[in-house]
Amino acid sequence: MPADVDTKIITRQFGNEEAKNIEVYESLGGYRQLRRALGMKPEDIKAEVKASNLRGRGGAGFPTGVKWGFVPADAEDVYLVCNADESEPGTCKDRELMYWDPHQLLEGMIISAYALGARNNYIYIRGEMMRETPVLEKAIADAYERRYLGEDVLGSGFACHITVHRGAGAYICGEETALLESLEGKRGWPRLKPPFPAVVGVFGKPTVVNNVETLCNIPYIVEHGSQWFADLGVGRSGGTRIVCMSGHLERPGVYELPMTLTMRQLIDDVCGGIWKGREVKCVIPGGSSMPPMSADELDVPCEFDALMTDERIKPVEVAPGVPFDMGGGKELRTMAGSGGIMVMDDHTDIPAVCARVVEFYHHESCGQCTPCREGTGWLAKISHRVAKGEGRPGDVDLMASIADGIAGNTICALGEAAAWPVLGFLTKFRAEFEAKIKAPKEGAAA
Amino acid sequence: MSLEFSEQAKAKIEALRERYPIAQPVVIPALHLAQAEFGHLSDEAIQLVARTLELPYAHVFGVVTFYTMFRREPAGTNVLRVCTNVSCMLRGAYDVLASIEKASGLKAGESDDDFHIVEEECIAACANAPAIVCGTKYFLDVEPDQAEDILDDLRKRPRPESEVL
Repeated sequence: MPADVDTKIITRQFGNEEAKNIEVYESLGGYRQLRRALGMKPEDIKAEVKASNLRGRGGAGFPTGVKWGFVPADAEDVYLVCNADESEPGTCKDRELMYWDPHQLLEGMIISAYALGARNNYIYIRGEMMRETPVLEKAIADAYERRYLGEDVLGSGFACHITVHRGAGAYICGEETALLESLEGKRGWPRLKPPFPAVVGVFGKPTVVNNVETLCNIPYIVEHGSQWFADLGVGRSGGTRIVCMSGHLERPGVYELPMTLTMRQLIDDVCGGIWKGREVKCVIPGGSSMPPMSADELDVPCEFDALMTDERIKPVEVAPGVPFDMGGGKELRTMAGSGGIMVMDDHTDIPAVCARVVEFYHHESCGQCTPCREGTGWLAKISHRVAKGEGRPGDVDLMASIADGIAGNTICALGEAAAWPVLGFLTKFRAEFEAKIKAPKEGAAA
Repeated sequence: MSLEFSEQAKAKIEALRERYPIAQPVVIPALHLAQAEFGHLSDEAIQLVARTLELPYAHVFGVVTFYTMFRREPAGTNVLRVCTNVSCMLRGAYDVLASIEKASGLKAGESDDDFHIVEEECIAACANAPAIVCGTKYFLDVEPDQAEDILDDLRKRPRPESEVL
């Protein structure tokens, strides 16, 4: 049965301060799916996850079961790492999931570790999450006490350990290979792929990196089966989706919803419309890395594949009439990303927002690859001068050319994360940038 | 005189070493501990971490300078991380930052005994923008006129980041 707006799976305990206590979690049925899973064969759990159409909730939307399948069959010393480095601008769900329902994450992790044969496992949590870290540590200590963790989980003979590992302030560590470098006690510099982490990950061993929200879904797939989970979703995307609705909304919030809802329904029906009685102008659909959508593109569902392929969304261009090439002639529309949906009203100064987005990626570029390190710096300078009404003739084309020169030419996706929104803003709102350059005084006052 | 970790910190580091196959992953937790104990990461503090984990000083120094939470200079007790990224910016974060700066008499990046003001990137509280985090305390849906109250709240009940290790 498809999810409806009242279907709550992993956010049920939001607002309930008690649910983080292990007794309360158990009384609500917690850790029963771990017991059930320990009676299953690991291969059968992996098959269920694959058939469930669960896709990674960290940003890329990659099928979780397929990712697990990349671990070599004869691998020893497999690691599972939970990516809790939530830092994509506009995204605020993993922090809430950890705070309200830490045992749900642990149960999902322990089941996943059992399926993968992973003994030592880590939660890499963002350093700034100082309220959530002790919550997780307490939950882990309680889980050890009740033998959900330890050398012999619930008498099954399966050994499973989880350690919380704090970062120290670096957006790039949300990129999975940078995260692994950081976990190894180094600067968070992304690695060249291949080899992929599933083959050579942390400490040189096969490693699966999964997002918090992704892992939280695992107990329910074990409980209700893959078909149930797949049916909640649509097409190749199983389950519900948590969307983080922020910006110029009457009721911003973190909502678990069916993926069939359109952007316009999210804004108007879920969030009570645009604040101050205004109209919507622009929506960033999946964290600030994703190309923005204009007001006439919002009747597309918030689902992974729809946002990438629906022809109602104009493809991103490098110049008017020249589509951006993702490789092999593939066009870029936008992506569901991390679920961070930022909504802007019709009073929004788009070049100023673009400059703020670029400034972020410039600040967070790790400095390893020249196109990103230098390119984001140039983009920051130019986008700020355009936003201030001090742009020079040719600046719009120059921004597009720099962005196009970054994308595809870096080790990790931070290059694309910086380039795509710039190209997207220029594609959808080019006239606003040009107006600032042609009429600098008006632009400066806007 | 060279610095030493407290007995409590030493025990914590020893316990953490058990959780990894090599010592190097303990470097970031050990730096958090050092910053909590000594207030900032001086050359001596970095040397202490390097010595404790038997790592080259240069490696530890490289880690310190990569991550924004590690600081080489002393800072005020309460580190106010004021988000100005897009979700917060759209709802007035720059006005909030300006009012915090005015109320504290400090610019972003500056410190006195009580406060250190940081203009922070997205702190994952976007649905309650503008947001500020200070240690374990979030200030959500902040209005510029709340700046004085926020600073008073923190003077009464400081939220040093060293509470969380």
